[in-house]
Amino acid sequence: MTQNAELGYNTKVEGEVVHTRVDAAINWFRKNSIWPMPMGLACCAIELMASGASRFDISRFGAEVMRFSPRQSDVMIVSGTVTYKMALSVKRIYDQMASPKWVIAMGACASTGGMFRSYATLQGVDNIVPVDFYVAGCPPRPEALLDALLKLQEKVSKEPVISVWKKAS
Amino acid sequence: MATSLELAQQLKAKFGDLISEPAEFRGELTVTIADAQRIGEVAAFCKAELGFDYLVDASGVDNYGEDPRWSLAYELFSTTKNVYLRLKTHVSEEKGELPTVSNVWRTADWHEREVYDMMGVRFIGHPDLRRILMWEGYPYHPLRKDFPLAGKPTELPEVAFSKTTPMEGGPFVTVSGGKDSAAREPRIRIPED
Repeated sequence: MTQNAELGYNTKVEGEVVHTRVDAAINWFRKNSIWPMPMGLACCAIELMASGASRFDISRFGAEVMRFSPRQSDVMIVSGTVTYKMALSVKRIYDQMASPKWVIAMGACASTGGMFRSYATLQGVDNIVPVDFYVAGCPPRPEALLDALLKLQEKVSKEPVISVWKKAS
Repeated sequence: MATSLELAQQLKAKFGDLISEPAEFRGELTVTIADAQRIGEVAAFCKAELGFDYLVDASGVDNYGEDPRWSLAYELFSTTKNVYLRLKTHVSEEKGELPTVSNVWRTADWHEREVYDMMGVRFIGHPDLRRILMWEGYPYHPLRKDFPLAGKPTELPEVAFSKTTPMEGGPFVTVSGGKDSAAREPRIRIPED
């Protein structure tokens, strides 16, 4: 039986030793357990819940652990309309998240204010926090969110780690 | 079983000239209260004697450019008689206040807070007249007709801020009665047109 090197690693080949770079290893750990902070503010949150449920199953990509504490989460999924009344709370929760941290703006409202061009609505959450990925849709289907998550994993896997730590210390 | 017309006539028999003739529109009855300052006793009578035990909604209307500027509407329902009645009253812009009915129907508490928040009409005797949708310290009443659709910039440090919304040539508005979906879809329509 042939083995697929992508899916299963045969530890016998190199005497139970795996060679890699520290950056690559750390990013591999990170990208496969990105815990979301579900900032569910409107109907997009329903699709976010669907993404977490069995049919779409976000846990296939290691992101099923919705953390309602900003201290334990890695990516804030802003799913819904950000009102001016909520805006500073969103910003504060983002500030409380530990680095490294990312933001997905899910849906038209979180990305641009959507159809709510009014006195009450922040015109895009990127006015207050840096957004990594914008998901189109009103609301987006769970597949679209999962696509953003996969793109985020790709982005995370390319980020420098050690050089950033060195700079910080 | 009493109909809403009979109940409205009982109301008129009790208060006389204070209450207008019941006006019917599409099967719904409206009575107008001439003096908004007496809304409290009318409301209490409606609940205690006429059996309108449920206040469905209380809302405000801005008749900008007319006098009196504010209209208040109270949608009443009787769960025992299964009838609706609408009370209406008017408040001038200079006066800007009328008595609360939250001591009659507790649910009026939040409805009146919303009217106060959006229109700026004050309710005398309300137990807790704070804003309910916008934040405390927001300086405007955004559903007034002279408030711009795009909003106004505000800044309340550590609490909230707001900016003017770019309208991108809009507002984009639909009109009813178009022949096909192309004619009905939202187009740029400037209110002055």
